[in-house]
Amino acid sequence: MNKVTKEETQHVANLSKLALSDEELPKFNDQLNSMLGLFDELSEVNTNGIEPTFTVSDQIDITREDVADNWNQKDALLNNAPESVDGLIRVPAIMDGSDE
Amino acid sequence: MNFETTIGLEVHVELKTKSKIFSPSPAEFGDDPNSNTNVIDWGYPGTLPTVNKKVIENGLIAALSLHADVERHPHFDRKNYFYPDNPKGYQVTQSATPTAKNGWIEIEVEGQKKKIGIEEMHVEEDAGKNTHGNKFSYVDLNRQGTPLLEIVSKPDIASPEEAYAYLEALRERIQFTGISDVRMEEGSMRVDVNISIHPIGSKTFGQKVELKNLNSFNYVRKSLAYEEKRQEKVLLSGGKIQPETRRFNEINGTTELMRVKEGKDDYRYFPEPDLPSLSISDEWLEKLNQEMPEMPANRRNRYVNDLGITDYDAMVITQTKEMSDFFDTMIKNNADAKLSANYLQGDVNAYLNDNQIKLENTKITPDALATMVNLITDGTISSKMAKKVFKAITEGQDPKQYVEDNGLVQLSDPAKLQPIIDDILNANPQSIEDFKNGKDRAVGFLVGQIMKQTKGKADPKVVNKLLMESLNK
Amino acid sequence: MNYFDKDLTSIHQQLVDKEITAEELTRQTLDNIKKQDQDINAFLALSEVAIDQAKKIDQQGIDSNNILSGIPIAIKDNIVGTDLKTTAASKMLENFQSVYDATVINKLKNLNSVVVGKTNMDEFAMGGSTETSYFKKTHNPWNLDRVPGGSSGGSAAAVASGEVLASLGSDTGGSIRQPAAFNGIVGMKPTYGRVSRWGLIAFASSFDQIGPLTRSVYDNAVMLNAISGLDDKDSTSSSKEVPNYTAGINQGVKGLKIGIPKEYMTDGVSKDVKDAVLKAADKYRELGATVEEVSLPNSKYGVTAYYILASSEASSNLERFDGIRYGYRTENANNLEDIYVKSRSEGFGSEIKRRIMFGTYSLSAGYFDAYFNQAAKIRTMIINDFQNVFKSYDLIIAPTTPTTAFKIGEEISDPVTMYMNDTLTIPVNMAGLPGMSIPVGFDNDNLPIGMQLIGKPFDESTIYRAGYAFEQNTNFHKKTPELGGH
Repeated sequence: MNKVTKEETQHVANLSKLALSDEELPKFNDQLNSMLGLFDELSEVNTNGIEPTFTVSDQIDITREDVADNWNQKDALLNNAPESVDGLIRVPAIMDGSDE
Repeated sequence: MNFETTIGLEVHVELKTKSKIFSPSPAEFGDDPNSNTNVIDWGYPGTLPTVNKKVIENGLIAALSLHADVERHPHFDRKNYFYPDNPKGYQVTQSATPTAKNGWIEIEVEGQKKKIGIEEMHVEEDAGKNTHGNKFSYVDLNRQGTPLLEIVSKPDIASPEEAYAYLEALRERIQFTGISDVRMEEGSMRVDVNISIHPIGSKTFGQKVELKNLNSFNYVRKSLAYEEKRQEKVLLSGGKIQPETRRFNEINGTTELMRVKEGKDDYRYFPEPDLPSLSISDEWLEKLNQEMPEMPANRRNRYVNDLGITDYDAMVITQTKEMSDFFDTMIKNNADAKLSANYLQGDVNAYLNDNQIKLENTKITPDALATMVNLITDGTISSKMAKKVFKAITEGQDPKQYVEDNGLVQLSDPAKLQPIIDDILNANPQSIEDFKNGKDRAVGFLVGQIMKQTKGKADPKVVNKLLMESLNK
Repeated sequence: MNYFDKDLTSIHQQLVDKEITAEELTRQTLDNIKKQDQDINAFLALSEVAIDQAKKIDQQGIDSNNILSGIPIAIKDNIVGTDLKTTAASKMLENFQSVYDATVINKLKNLNSVVVGKTNMDEFAMGGSTETSYFKKTHNPWNLDRVPGGSSGGSAAAVASGEVLASLGSDTGGSIRQPAAFNGIVGMKPTYGRVSRWGLIAFASSFDQIGPLTRSVYDNAVMLNAISGLDDKDSTSSSKEVPNYTAGINQGVKGLKIGIPKEYMTDGVSKDVKDAVLKAADKYRELGATVEEVSLPNSKYGVTAYYILASSEASSNLERFDGIRYGYRTENANNLEDIYVKSRSEGFGSEIKRRIMFGTYSLSAGYFDAYFNQAAKIRTMIINDFQNVFKSYDLIIAPTTPTTAFKIGEEISDPVTMYMNDTLTIPVNMAGLPGMSIPVGFDNDNLPIGMQLIGKPFDESTIYRAGYAFEQNTNFHKKTPELGGH
């Protein structure tokens, strides 16, 4: 099957918001490929007619009544934030203009 | 070359609930930043979501009202992307199994009716809100987790006017289900638009362009009209439409480039493992169907055909569910339909406009207004007196009590009026003479005298009748 | 004080009889940990409020009906609590102070147990040797050159070295059972949904389960009694009633039908381990059970399918660590993208990055069906395998690990080998079943061998019954490691 290129590995790192150093990129690329070698054996398994399992919980229809409950955690939460101002979390300016 | 236009609308509607979709934090706006947030809303390690039943129910109500096929075994999915207002790094939404598919809504443009298909609708969590300064942006997570319903149209919309009519129809229907306020100006309705054009007869769609910054239905219509023309010009001059996002400039009515889209977003959807799936039973749907408020078109039919009010009145009254419900309660209190309609679209609407207030936030109750209308109909008060009574109602006073306390009761009892009329006639023999000589003006003078005597409380109709009887004796 | 010759019942009796106070017990426990941990390194942090808590418990008085009253307990450091920092053994959370308690911690606090400290683990529970911890390496008490297993290596070593009688771990692909096996103790991974995950830092949400590690089967059942049950905050937690796990524990195994899957006894499993399990099977026969070979044919796909599914879930679960709301933030950020990329790249260790990359790749556009969805179907096949066996059998026994504890530094360099080490534990997580490792022998190097007892969903009772029967008729659990000269 398809072998992962360094470019694809870099793309996956970008999606994951991870920076790979010059040494890391080939290393991760190799490891991704050796794992995918294992993954590929799965594609040979006949799964026709088999439904996928996404959870093994025995629960279904678990919902909560619509009752508001303020846990009053604002101060403790803001206290943990690396930067906050006037009750807001602060980050460097969002520059991509997509937030409208 | 002539072109056909294809428009797709994605409408986000903020659902009216007390708590958020996946956390019990209050789903309220306008409070101090981050005051309605907890560890779940902040995506704290170890926290888990719980599903608000009301949100599921609201989604189903929308699905039923838009004639869509309900998914009986829906689950939630994660949509993964990094953004400061997206605390978990994923949004919990429904991708593989949306709440419902294949709905429709009827629109009317220039007398022509058309069904617009709805591809799918699903419930999901809203993100927080970012505000921007020079060097920094600021994140408020109060909105994080408030429930949204996203309604995606099929590409059946062929003109800006149809887009406008679709939005109007959708807003009306959703508003009447009661699941959302659907107010664009308050952000409880948000519209994403994409538009493409292709030569008539061509089997393939043109390149889509996305439009942003559309803060009213009018802007949607205007921006689409501009964009239609722009794309036509580009294609006719041999150019190519780019996959891009454009912003509507409300000042000069044009659209301008925000950014060109590069590649496809890769959101890596997969089933949310923290939430078990749901099963939507026949019984549940049946119950919701039975509780479903009557839709505006049905209401208008009923008002015109059963209650005999005009099309126009019916239209005005069904502008909002609140007004229509108000009217229905008045009718239940045996108020005259025509008169009730007059008051709603007249005095009541004027009051709402003058005070910039919503009907449900006033002190005016349908019971009080019905009582007033009934006092008019049975002749207890005159329409002139009703002005004062209406003012009292807006202040939350009981109309009957007010009428009594202020002696506003109209004098219409013949037994009480006849002696007064007799006194006036006795005092004015000249007028009787004039009347008999054919001078009709004498009647007006006599009525005036009677009204003066009764301080204006005499019912003019009764006075006229009794006076004529006496004069013709 | 060291707990080698104690169990929960005997300590509880001493507390009730006022031979020792909760405060003294806590103090002595902490003193002993400080001493032993110079060699073992099981703990990341010790509680500074434990002694005060114990004093309060003494004031309230020890409840003679509550066996956990005043008992010191250790907690894996991926379970959040407000008394101590929670790091998940990651630089990402080096200074992270939770603002709420996990449900299991709440339950233990309500029972007046004393959390004495947080134990070392593989970073974010990803690993099988506790070597991926950002902070320190934990040593196996049986041989300090060996790993304690993982990811709950600290929790297992703390119990095996007598530092505490009981600890909590978490198990996503074997992370309780494998270290229990390597340390010669009892480790239970309950049925998925038996114990609330509220407050457990998620690795792979559809696999993760919290469970107890103890030196005896009975103590383990006591602990599971304490932490099980429905939790409104965890929608995947089960509404099934929690039985009293100690109640029928001594009923024996007479008439029990036990299966040994042939796929778990292959050449990949060392001879010492196989022999020990076969001897255990004989012991069960001797005690009146039938033991027969069964087949779980799709188990061989378990590891690969697991790495796709668990890494995918992990890649998503770890997106929240972005340097914005809590946790590590890079000091070298010029813009928002730097905050994300540098905080994550500097805050996560390489094993975490590797799994995030696998997971992201498996979920990315165009590969979902080939990888994630296909793995989820194989998960169904593995579940079906177990269901078939459980139609005719009450219990499955199998080796917990292919080998005994390996040397520190031996396997971490090769991820594929390291992943294969979980081959016998993973199918249980894939199917959400309960599984417990108990000590069943020692290899030539005097390292403990563990055997898994795998039960039907929510049938932890049968597992405890069988584990207890074995323990009462053997002496492996009585053996303790010889610790260094402190």
